[in-house]
Amino acid sequence: MKRIAVVMLCLLALLFSAGTAIAGGELFLYNWSDYTAPDLIKKFEKETGIKVTLDIYDSNETLLAKMKSGGGAYDIIVPTHNFVTILIEEGLIQKVNAAEFKGYENIVDAMKGPPWDPKNEYTIPWNYGSTSFCLNTGAYNPAEESMDTLFNPPAELQGKIGMFDSSEENTNLALVYKGYPQCNEDPAQMQEILDLLLAQKPHVKVYSSEGIHERLVSEDVMMSGCWNGSAMRARKANPNIKYMYPKEGILGWADNLAVPTGAKNRENAIKFLEFMLQPENAALQTNFSGYANAIRGSEAFLKEELKGAPELTVPEGIPVHFHPQCSETAIRLLDKVWTKVKQ
Amino acid sequence: MRLLQSTQMRRVLGLGPALGIIGFFMVVPIAIIIVFSFMKSNPYGGVNPEFSLEAYKQFLFERNLMDELVFNAAYLRIFGRSFLLAIGTTALCLLIGFPTAYYMSRQPARRKNLMVFLVTIPFWTNLLIRAYCWILLLRDTGIINNYLIKWGIIDEPLTMLYTNFAIFLGLVYTHIPFMVLPIYARVEKLDFNLLEAAHDLYASRQQLMRHVILPLAAPGIIAGSLLVFVPCLGDFIIPNLLGGGKHLMIGSLIQLQFGGSRNWPFGSAAALILMSFVLIAMMIYVWGPGRKMKPEGDA
Repeated sequence: MKRIAVVMLCLLALLFSAGTAIAGGELFLYNWSDYTAPDLIKKFEKETGIKVTLDIYDSNETLLAKMKSGGGAYDIIVPTHNFVTILIEEGLIQKVNAAEFKGYENIVDAMKGPPWDPKNEYTIPWNYGSTSFCLNTGAYNPAEESMDTLFNPPAELQGKIGMFDSSEENTNLALVYKGYPQCNEDPAQMQEILDLLLAQKPHVKVYSSEGIHERLVSEDVMMSGCWNGSAMRARKANPNIKYMYPKEGILGWADNLAVPTGAKNRENAIKFLEFMLQPENAALQTNFSGYANAIRGSEAFLKEELKGAPELTVPEGIPVHFHPQCSETAIRLLDKVWTKVKQ
Repeated sequence: MRLLQSTQMRRVLGLGPALGIIGFFMVVPIAIIIVFSFMKSNPYGGVNPEFSLEAYKQFLFERNLMDELVFNAAYLRIFGRSFLLAIGTTALCLLIGFPTAYYMSRQPARRKNLMVFLVTIPFWTNLLIRAYCWILLLRDTGIINNYLIKWGIIDEPLTMLYTNFAIFLGLVYTHIPFMVLPIYARVEKLDFNLLEAAHDLYASRQQLMRHVILPLAAPGIIAGSLLVFVPCLGDFIIPNLLGGGKHLMIGSLIQLQFGGSRNWPFGSAAALILMSFVLIAMMIYVWGPGRKMKPEGDA
């Protein structure tokens, strides 16, 4: 972390010193911390002559608050998909019509025109990841990858299951298993979810969202809810661990590039968006962050340890459910279910 | 008269910073919690400034599918669980802590100091790190199980982690210094002539304990019990890490309301209810038997 911060600082210092020589204008980028590849920025500056200034935030809430208090200071922001909805509703980001961009066709089909921006009018994908479950295939190896294994565990796995300690993730996985919509407002369907989670509970060893990959590696649990990033780390330490792509689907999250309303350097921002649609550049970002990008052909430029990692590529035909911004009714129902599971 | 005034002045000036800090960092947040607990929740987190008793109703009642209020014991159960855990931990700490403190106080001065020092050593390391160390010790593939299997004492690993046993072990382990030290401070000052006198008067060991040592140590026992009980009541880190988070505790319930559940008013109300229970326990300490014991102990 510290080293990265030092690198960033050096980079910033470099930018300022080079600033006088650069005539291509400026770009103010506002991104999550540790989430912008320094090589990427260098390459962009070299190709376009635009001076990039990076500022960072730690949560979507921070981003939203900053945008609400006047976001014009930034040209590009990186909101998570469910916050894109809020930003559009509140008029805080502007239309860029990404479908007309050079390289738009490079976006993989699964991430093109996502539910939060169906025509890519406002955003293009940055990095994305998924939530599913990890299975130790040494303990049990099902013929078919299904969430049935997670929610109706076979005898081999009973008592050796880890689940997230979060009202959202467990419930959302259960909703995917049942084929019900996310952010569910139907009490009858949520009752079924509650019954399902309660029936699973006796077989669950631990509810915790911390140390998931470590518990999998030490084989304290043989199956656990997990994220693709932690799954990859776990597999490197214990090759038996498999990130599952159940036929019912997985949960996804996606961070997106968007241009705030009133951005001062709109043209430069669009140049950056088009730059990010090039496979080589998207790969630079993935190499740095370790999360998948949505650009076709970027695999060729990935570093060796990321190439062909099954955790990064969702197989064809597996639905990815993106959790939208829930209504208050849905949040209350979710809360009731989780309190009842853990009361 | 002037002297008195200047002493008063000095007292006010001396107390000023402490009172200021307590006033600002305790009274203001509590006031915010009280205000929030009577407001409506905002679905994006935070509160809407409208008066509402919803948060307090939610503690005991829920709306069923017909939108009628029905009694809901879920939150009471969570509070009850935290209370049982806190009481159990306090009892266990007392059971182990009292003999320990008594033994320590009976040692020669140099060893005494060394032992007090040893009791405080765990405070040097962060609580989370110590809890994770217990995970390494207790888990199925952990150090204890590995050695038990290696020595042929057991064939299958004992399930210790993520059980009630682990929760109590963790809670007693983290809180026992708070029990030992106040009791030690009390017992150490005990006048042993009194014990001799009791022996001379043919007191049996049990009588000695009941009528001499326990009454003299009582303020230490009460202080220690409070120091263990109150933090245990709000603790959720140990139950979550070592107990596997299968059940909500008061602490995790409150935290959940400010996080995923996005119900700040209910979180505030639950925090206030917890705080009032702690206040009751404190009042019992201030006005209860502890006060009566004090002059006796100071004699």
